[in-house]
Amino acid sequence: MFVRSFLLSLFFLVIATPLHAATLAEYTFEDPQKAADFREVIDEMRCLVCQNESLAGSNAELAVDLRNEIFDMMTAGQDKDDIIRFMVARYGDFVLYDPPMKPSTYPLWFGPLILLIIGALVLIRALRKKSVTQETKLSNDEQQRLDTLLKQPSDSKDAQK
Amino acid sequence: MSRYLRFLVPLAIFAVIAAFLFKGLDMNPREIPSPLIGKQVPEFSLPLLEQPDTQITNKDLLGKVYLLNVWATWCVSCRAEHETLVQLGRMNKVDIYGLNWKDERDAAQAWLRQLGNPYAANIFDKKGRTAIDLGVYGAPETFVVDAKGIIHYKHAGPVNPDLIRDKILPMVAELKKKG
Repeated sequence: MFVRSFLLSLFFLVIATPLHAATLAEYTFEDPQKAADFREVIDEMRCLVCQNESLAGSNAELAVDLRNEIFDMMTAGQDKDDIIRFMVARYGDFVLYDPPMKPSTYPLWFGPLILLIIGALVLIRALRKKSVTQETKLSNDEQQRLDTLLKQPSDSKDAQK
Repeated sequence: MSRYLRFLVPLAIFAVIAAFLFKGLDMNPREIPSPLIGKQVPEFSLPLLEQPDTQITNKDLLGKVYLLNVWATWCVSCRAEHETLVQLGRMNKVDIYGLNWKDERDAAQAWLRQLGNPYAANIFDKKGRTAIDLGVYGAPETFVVDAKGIIHYKHAGPVNPDLIRDKILPMVAELKKKG
């Protein structure tokens, strides 16, 4: 049973890739560099309808329209930057999986780093404090008590019992 | 001092993170802020839904405050909001233009006959090219546009009477005052 479902999933996993590619097969470029740019740009764009799929992977009608639009623009000679500008002007930064660095996205970019630094500082402080406690010298009273305890012969301790 | 700091600093960090997450609960991931707010309605020249031979352009809409409502017969939420639009149309407070998005002409006309027609006119965007320029990613969407053709607000999803009363109509009144 398990083997069967495993093999079945494997089968679908394998056939899924060529199917996905087949939907993009209609887009042919003479220039291989353009073809690569096209693949790259639609992989970097979010489908706004499904949101968790890229323009390359989505079968939503809007994604198909936008793929066609991007294809037409690239065949007409526009490059990747033109496409990105075109898309951001209409749909905002949201359309990009990789958000640009600007004041409104600073928390996004630096937030995790800041948290990491704070965590590291706390850890270093805690570790240092611990080692300091271990090295702490005994006070005079304590040292005296320790000395007397050590000087006491061990048998006298037994005798007290 | 540092004894309090030991508790207060992590507490403050926790509070900040919690505040962000809590805000996240309230936000609608479907509502993507439009980069077109404050910009002109993009140029277009499209046929009217009712008269295929008549072209309408963005310039024809200049000179008055209006709503631009993106709809289609294949869109379920458009049917849900249609009654609200019909009521708004009856109030005669603002013109509503329709952008009929990737639709069939016959189906769209039948829909208006059957459910009522709140639109001053319908722009027939068969290919969806103008919708792309408007950054439309789902129907219905409603734009508030001023007399100079500048977009002031966009609502994604069906409009409801509350939104019209509390947000859209006050905004229309203010834009009309400015002229």
